[in-house]
Amino acid sequence: MADKSFEVSRLPGFGAIAVVVFLVLYVPIFTLVIYSFNAGTTITHWQGWSVKWYYDAWANVAIKEAAVRSLVLASAAAVISTSVATMAALATTRRRAFKGQSVIFVAINQPLMVPEIVTAVALLIFFGVLKSWTGYQGMGYLILAHSAFCIPFAYLPIRARLEGMDLSLETAAADLYATPWQTFRRVTLPLLGPGIAAGAMLAFVISLDDVVITEFVKTAGQETLPTYMLGQLRREMTPEVNAISTGLLAVTVLLLIAFSLVNRKKS
Amino acid sequence: MSSAAEDRQIRASARNAWALSAPALFLLLIGACGPLLIVVVYSFLTKGATGGVKWEFSTDAWVSLLYTRDIFDDTLKLADAHLTIFWRSLKISILTTLITFAVGFPTAWFIATRPAKARAFWLFLITIPFWTNLLIRTFAITEVIRAEGLMNTALMGLGLISEPIRMMNTDTAVLIGMAYVYLPLMVLPLFAAIDRFDMRLLEAGYDLYASRMQVLRRVILPIVKPGIIAGSILVFVPSLGAYVTPRILGGGKNMMIGNFIELQFGQGRNWPLGASLSVALLLLVMVALLFYVRVAGKGSNPHG
Repeated sequence: MADKSFEVSRLPGFGAIAVVVFLVLYVPIFTLVIYSFNAGTTITHWQGWSVKWYYDAWANVAIKEAAVRSLVLASAAAVISTSVATMAALATTRRRAFKGQSVIFVAINQPLMVPEIVTAVALLIFFGVLKSWTGYQGMGYLILAHSAFCIPFAYLPIRARLEGMDLSLETAAADLYATPWQTFRRVTLPLLGPGIAAGAMLAFVISLDDVVITEFVKTAGQETLPTYMLGQLRREMTPEVNAISTGLLAVTVLLLIAFSLVNRKKS
Repeated sequence: MSSAAEDRQIRASARNAWALSAPALFLLLIGACGPLLIVVVYSFLTKGATGGVKWEFSTDAWVSLLYTRDIFDDTLKLADAHLTIFWRSLKISILTTLITFAVGFPTAWFIATRPAKARAFWLFLITIPFWTNLLIRTFAITEVIRAEGLMNTALMGLGLISEPIRMMNTDTAVLIGMAYVYLPLMVLPLFAAIDRFDMRLLEAGYDLYASRMQVLRRVILPIVKPGIIAGSILVFVPSLGAYVTPRILGGGKNMMIGNFIELQFGQGRNWPLGASLSVALLLLVMVALLFYVRVAGKGSNPHG
């Protein structure tokens, strides 16, 4: 039966196209990674294997600062957006529909709908006004902006997890005289854990990858890894950029693997 | 029939829900939605001499979206330079959507028809680029298509061409780059739709002497239509507002709306025009999304 439906679902040429698509998707990425190990100084001529560009990147103060800033920013954004998204998910699932619920949905998903460049410009103007009023130029603006646009990414897996949980365990806890806080702390939160972990990971990756909004919001000197890389484009490119890219790529892939492991445990 | 006590409970529950959502809503208000209103205000102000704005009402920014004022006789003429950029953005976005669909559909079908274990693997291969930094992926494709890049080296090595194809800083390069970076956005929703597709319908089609083409056109495509629309919107909307990919692959000349907006806040020193461009882009995206909601709403009729 399974065999037969497999036959029927074959469409001529589709498999070949798919294989080409996967090749086209991965050949550029592998090229990028391989050239990060180039001993030469260009990204075009291969001159043997070397990890010198990783050493150079590591020794480069500007890169190190940008990397630390990226990690701090992504961690802060992940923690903040996941916290508020968890509360919002608890507010919008498993309860009777209430007036204005759709407003909350639209507001939460809004960063997914508005083009990034438009949000970037809006924040450039708004934060520009705030910067001149308050004199404060610090990382707060970047953390605020990143926390805001990470909310939908944190919210979606948490909400999905909540929708799959029934209320009976919480009702049981309440029946056993647990206070609402105890119920939340001892029952809801542990059950919700994988959803929260998944949401935090997605928020972290999204924040780590952001270029456009960061480019517009940052004050001079607040480079993150992606904006540093974008800045390098104006100069002669060396495999150093490939080395940074490979590093970022490795972080993303590791997080994705962790993410899929967390999800597998759930099911 | 609800008693007063029940009413009170419902109201308390709603109050509770709003209180729980408040922190998220506050962050979004000051970090995302609220500032959009300021952009609308700025689009109706006069430009400052060195960037910024003067607080005088003006519709100049909106007029200059489409028209330029002749410096001699003050008549309005269509602004060709702006129209070229709008047209390029629209053209590249539509072509990107079509290309990603043309290659994404077979790919999604291929993944969805694998046995369960292999399917997870292929799907993971699509997910990695999906979550990988857009900038990195743009770099990656740049290294392949640039004059001294992998593609030209390979083609010249094979003796197929004698001169490298110079593609960087053209619309073609932007298009290839956009199709490359947005492809996963097309494949994932298509896969989700095909995954739900009941393969027995194909047997029924073939039993009724339909050809492969007929089955594809009359059975498969109509049923997975919601996935096609979702994928198209997911590709079209970010394409329209794209900034990073056209900046790297298009050079300074082949701008799309996103780059043109940035220019107004940088060297252009015309913030009101940048603001009106942003609002116009936002409206275009909203129209596309409303269209999606309407069509997708219809698509969910049982008749599909």
